[in-house]
Amino acid sequence: MSAHAHAPARPPARRRLRLPRATLARTLALVLLGALVLLLASEGLSSYQNLQLADGCYYFAVLAGLTVLTGLSGQISLGHGALMAVGAYTVALLVGNEHWPLVAAIVAAVLVSSAVGVLVGAAGSRLRGPYLAGATLAFAIGLPALAEKYSSTFGGANGLTIDPPAVPSWLGASFPLERWEAWIAGIGALVVVFVMNNLVRSGIGRSFRAVRDDEIAASLCGLHVGRWQTLAFVISAACAGLAGGLLAVVLQLAAPGSFQLGLSLSLLTAIALGGLGSQIGAIWGAAVLVLLPGWSEDLAHSFSLSQKVSANLPLAIYGVVLIVAMLAWPTGIQGALRRIVAIARRSSARGG
Amino acid sequence: MRAPVHRARAIAIAGALALAVAVVVAACGSSGGESNAPGVTATSITFGTHQPLTGPAAPGYSEIAPASQAFFDYLNAKGGIYGRKIHLIIKNDEYNPTQTVSVVHELVLKDNVFGIFEGLGTPTHTKVVGFLNSSKVPDMFVASGCPCWDKGSEQPETFGWQPNYTIEGKILGQYIKQHFAGKKVGVFYQDDDFGNGGLAGIRDEVPASQIVSTQPYQPGGTNVAPQISAIKAAGAEVLVDFTVPIYTALGQLTSFTLGYKPQLVVSNVGIDPTTVGGLLKTFSKGKAGTELIEGAITDGYLPSSSDEANPWIALFKKIHAQYDASAPFDGNVEYGMAAAYTLAQGLQLAGKDLTREKLVDAINEKGKELSGPGLVPFRYSKTEHGGYAGVEMGQVRGGKIVLFGGAMTTEPTAGSPITPYTKPQPAPPSSGVSVP
Repeated sequence: MSAHAHAPARPPARRRLRLPRATLARTLALVLLGALVLLLASEGLSSYQNLQLADGCYYFAVLAGLTVLTGLSGQISLGHGALMAVGAYTVALLVGNEHWPLVAAIVAAVLVSSAVGVLVGAAGSRLRGPYLAGATLAFAIGLPALAEKYSSTFGGANGLTIDPPAVPSWLGASFPLERWEAWIAGIGALVVVFVMNNLVRSGIGRSFRAVRDDEIAASLCGLHVGRWQTLAFVISAACAGLAGGLLAVVLQLAAPGSFQLGLSLSLLTAIALGGLGSQIGAIWGAAVLVLLPGWSEDLAHSFSLSQKVSANLPLAIYGVVLIVAMLAWPTGIQGALRRIVAIARRSSARGG
Repeated sequence: MRAPVHRARAIAIAGALALAVAVVVAACGSSGGESNAPGVTATSITFGTHQPLTGPAAPGYSEIAPASQAFFDYLNAKGGIYGRKIHLIIKNDEYNPTQTVSVVHELVLKDNVFGIFEGLGTPTHTKVVGFLNSSKVPDMFVASGCPCWDKGSEQPETFGWQPNYTIEGKILGQYIKQHFAGKKVGVFYQDDDFGNGGLAGIRDEVPASQIVSTQPYQPGGTNVAPQISAIKAAGAEVLVDFTVPIYTALGQLTSFTLGYKPQLVVSNVGIDPTTVGGLLKTFSKGKAGTELIEGAITDGYLPSSSDEANPWIALFKKIHAQYDASAPFDGNVEYGMAAAYTLAQGLQLAGKDLTREKLVDAINEKGKELSGPGLVPFRYSKTEHGGYAGVEMGQVRGGKIVLFGGAMTTEPTAGSPITPYTKPQPAPPSSGVSVP
């Protein structure tokens, strides 16, 4: 999406697929298409793959928000893992202790994490580049420690557990729990798609880009730079809160171990790897987060190494893949795909 | 200018979605069909386990599951159980509850294991007990002494194996009451069901006036100076540790730095001298070792791993040399092999037509009568899923654990009596496994 502000003149392409031009109608069509894909996928998948799908959906929710913050508004946050923790603990406390209905608890998770986002974002809007990253990094390290400090409320390292979400009776008694969890997370992801797609094409999205590209020019145009940056942070915090809430539902657990610093770092690498600033890049990023650890583990076990080496190898492979990918495709998977599509189109235009 | 860009994006979106569906559909092909009893064929039985291969609990504990696999390899070489070879898929959960949830889902839903065996840790395994029981997956012999496994009526699939921490705490507490009467006691414990269970046992035996300070720690941090200083400041002359090995080592190094030399009493899960000595050496860059735990009072429910005259230790050492030689032979290796022996007994009892229900029923019905490397009997019945019923007192002497005074058994309920257990240990069977 970042390419939009200064879109290069591309050769006109033939019309192959038509989506409505009005943003709202377009987005609705996109969401319906996404819902159909998720529905069909969850029917065909095994229980374990449905869980992976659910993981992918909540990762997508946080990545979509983070990619708006970083790609559109130009701020780097290393604290989104902690914002997910806010959402997860909100859901765990409200569902586990107060017996709120799930939907209400997830909405509350979005609101609470937005409120935290206002605080962090307001402080962060006064900071630039590495200083902002530093401040959010401190947030990512500090917040999970609160769970251990106040262990009577937050359960310490043990965490808080909640019951699995009840499968509605109209789906039938044999409906697998894992598929229901994938649906819940999928609905959350589609809400994010809907909101974010409308947002980036609205005046708000344009203001974000204006602030990102030139703060002085933006403020000369009457945009309050700090306020817009705070708003971008709050929106991405809301997405992170939603993702955290969904994570708590899928894992039935909110524990500090889920939200270590590594999570915040891997979220940032995932949006970079997927393709910065693009919603589809967020889909790729989510796929990377869900699938790459398993693949690198399988790869590590395919060598017959001593247990001490093979236990640590998956992490090393994960790191190497990230480094190589960033060197080979600095624009991420989505950027590489775009390039391939563009090359294919150019050669087909030349040929016919 | 906008319209063509939109079209290009629409194409890109459609392409990405199509590719996502293709990936998903391709991935579908990999999940095979399930048989009636998952994880069992005519020639094999597959169990899965979650273990801390890296992370704060890895030192020592990471040796347990490979030792179990080594014992299975020994049995498999003898033909397995009813011709089936036992395999163990070991997954690393880093002692992180979140990872435990995801690897156990993977083991049960993707790898279709027959059951989970010796899943390690209290904060970790508590997060999957609900899932395993609702999926009716046998959850054999959790590698933790949390009293929370001992709920046969609520959690019919889950069985403890090592002594319940409250039972252990009571027997340690009785020793403190008898031998350190009137001395001030401080307790350093892990802030979860492990530490709290042990503390409950200590409180059951040691008079409340004698306990001057109880200090919890959260696994993951490395600074235990606040806790140890507080215990020292309270004037405790006896320090009781309900800790995993890394925190026993950190606590002792901190005590040493503070010039604090109490009589140490440590739960058997946190005192294996090879492990703790190694950690002390690493942390102090070679300046300290097992001398910092010399004289510590502890307990055991298996023969000491340094008791070479014991026929079980001799057998385990032989298996270790053949199948698991890369690990040091210590209490963790012994633990893994002994637990593997109990699982093999359960599979033998369950019979040739193995199903998940039959394994659970076999332990419920005959588990109490099982004997093997353990010094005490098991507390198994339809409602009791508690594991070993007691311990024998022990002490670290010359860097090795020496057991003394004879085995004792008790119940975890407050006020229940502690009684000596005198039935002799059987010798290991030459056939590999023997059952009542």
